[in-house]
Amino acid sequence: MLTIQEVMETILMVQEEHLDIRTITMGISLRDCADPNPKAAQQKIYDKITRLAANLVKAGEDIENNYGIPIVNKRISVTPISMVAESSTAEDYVGFAEVMEKAAGTVGVNFIGGFSALVHKGFTKGDKILLESIPEALSVTERVCSSVNLATTKSGINMDAVCQMGQIIKQTAEKTADKDGLGCAKLVVFANVPEDNPFMAGSFHGVGEPEAVINVGVSGPGVVKYAVEKAGNVNFGELAEIIKKTSFKITRMGELVGRRAAKILNVPFGIVDLSLAPTPAVGDSVAEILEAMGLERCGTHGTTAALALLNDAVKKGGAMASSYVGGMSGAFIPVSEDAGMIRAVEDKALSLDKLEAMTCVCSVGLDMIAVPGDTTAETIAGIIADEAAIGISNQKTTAVRIIPAPGKKVGDYVEFGGLLGRAPVMPVNPFSSSLFVRRGGRIPAPIQSLRN
Amino acid sequence: MTNPAKTDENQRVIVTVLGADRVGIIAGVSGILAENNINILDISQTTLREFFTMIMVADMKQSKINLNTLKAKLAALGEELGMRIDAMHEDAFRFMHRI
Repeated sequence: MLTIQEVMETILMVQEEHLDIRTITMGISLRDCADPNPKAAQQKIYDKITRLAANLVKAGEDIENNYGIPIVNKRISVTPISMVAESSTAEDYVGFAEVMEKAAGTVGVNFIGGFSALVHKGFTKGDKILLESIPEALSVTERVCSSVNLATTKSGINMDAVCQMGQIIKQTAEKTADKDGLGCAKLVVFANVPEDNPFMAGSFHGVGEPEAVINVGVSGPGVVKYAVEKAGNVNFGELAEIIKKTSFKITRMGELVGRRAAKILNVPFGIVDLSLAPTPAVGDSVAEILEAMGLERCGTHGTTAALALLNDAVKKGGAMASSYVGGMSGAFIPVSEDAGMIRAVEDKALSLDKLEAMTCVCSVGLDMIAVPGDTTAETIAGIIADEAAIGISNQKTTAVRIIPAPGKKVGDYVEFGGLLGRAPVMPVNPFSSSLFVRRGGRIPAPIQSLRN
Repeated sequence: MTNPAKTDENQRVIVTVLGADRVGIIAGVSGILAENNINILDISQTTLREFFTMIMVADMKQSKINLNTLKAKLAALGEELGMRIDAMHEDAFRFMHRI
C-alpha cells in the first residue's frame, strides 16, 4: 500500500512544484519518402506524418487526463530533411518545410523538428541546399524547427559549416526581424548531436532509429528546487543524494507516460530524456536550483561546480529509474526560458563567458541567448566554434541557439512569449574572430576520438 | 517493477482532497462515488504541510462513469467546498514510488 506521504508527494510535485511531462515526441522515419519529383516526395511526407501521428495529440490528452500529469507538448521529429529531399530535383527545400508545417497543423502538434542536416565531416548536395533554405524556411513557417550538426568527437569541427551557420543565423534573424528574430529560436547548431532527443528545437529522427518511436522528455526543475530547499544546509554528499532520489521519481513518471503513449499508438517506446528543462514560470527554474544550493545569484563563482553536481546527480537518479535514458538528459540552461537566468543576466551576475563555462557541465549548451543585432556573422561563428570545441573535446553534446536580435542593443529585450520567454540582450566580445573562422576546412578530431 | 502493459487491468483510482477542514467533505465525496457505483477500498486523512488532506482508494471496475467524468464531478464539488478534489489513476503513484 502506498503511504499518505507518497501520495501527497506526488500530488504536490504536480500541483505546486510544476512537475510535468514536457513533451511526447513521435519520431517518424521519412527515408521511404524520397522521390525524384519534389511534389511527390512532399505528398509522401505529408501522408506518412498525418497517418502515423493522427492520434498523437489525443493519446497525449488521454494520458494527461488519466494520470493527472500535465503533458505540455506533443511534437513530431522526422528524418533530417536533407537526406529525404536530396533525391529530388528541388533546388531549394522550402517546399519541404512547408509540407512539414502543413502536416504538423493537420495533426495538431505545435512543433515539428527535422529540417536538419548532419554535416560534421562535410556536405552533400542535399546538405548544401538545406542549409541555404533555412532562413526562408524558418520565416515562412511557424512550427518547423531546424538543426545542423557540424562537429563530432570522431570527425572534428567542420569550420566551413561553422562559418556558414554564422551567416545563416544572421539571415534568419533578419528575415524574422518583425518578431525579434524568432526564426533563430527555432534553429540549433550542434556538436555531437543525439539522434533521439525529444526536445525542440534540436529534435530530429536519427538514421539509426526505427520506423517510428515515442520519446518522452520529462522536466521538473521546480521539484528539484523544492527538494534542495527542503534539505537545508546539508553537505554535498547528502545534497547529491537528495537530487538523485528526486530525479529518480521524476524519471519514473516519464517512463510510465512514455510506455502508455507507445502502447496506445502502437509504436515502440524509445527513451526518456530526463532533462531539467525550465520554463519562464516562477519556481520552474534551473538557475533557482543553483541559488537554492547557496549561490547568491546564478553566474557567480561556484556556479559551474553547482551545475556539475546537479547535472551528474540528475543523470545518476534517472539512469536507475529507466533503462532507456537518452537524448540530452541533464540540466538545460536556456536564458530566455528561465526566470532565474533572466534575473541573473539583468543583475550582471551572468555573462556570456560564464555561460560558456557552464556549458562544459550542462546537458546542452548556449541556449536561447539574445545578442545585439549588429553582432557579425563571424562573431557568431566564433561562438559556435568555441561551443563545438567544448563538445568534441569533452565527448558531450553542445549546442548554440543564439538570437542576434535585429535592431536591438545591450539592455534591450527580445520577447517571444509562451515557453520561449523573453531574453535580455547580452554583450559579446567586441574584438573580431573573422580571420580565424574564415580559414575554412576542418579542425581535426581530438585525440579522445581514438578510442578503438 | 509494475508492468505497465498490465495497467489496463488495474482500475483503482486515488481520490485526494486538499484544503481547510470543514463539515461534509467525506459525505460529499463518498456520495459521488456511491452514485456512480465506485467502491471505496480505503480512506485515510491527515494534515500535511498546511493542508488538511484526505486520501481515498477507490475501485472503478463497476463504475458507471469514466475517470474524466469522475474528475469533473469531484472538481465541481471541490469548487463548492472551497477545496481541491482530484482523482488520479493509482499507477501514477505506484510507478513513481515502487520499483
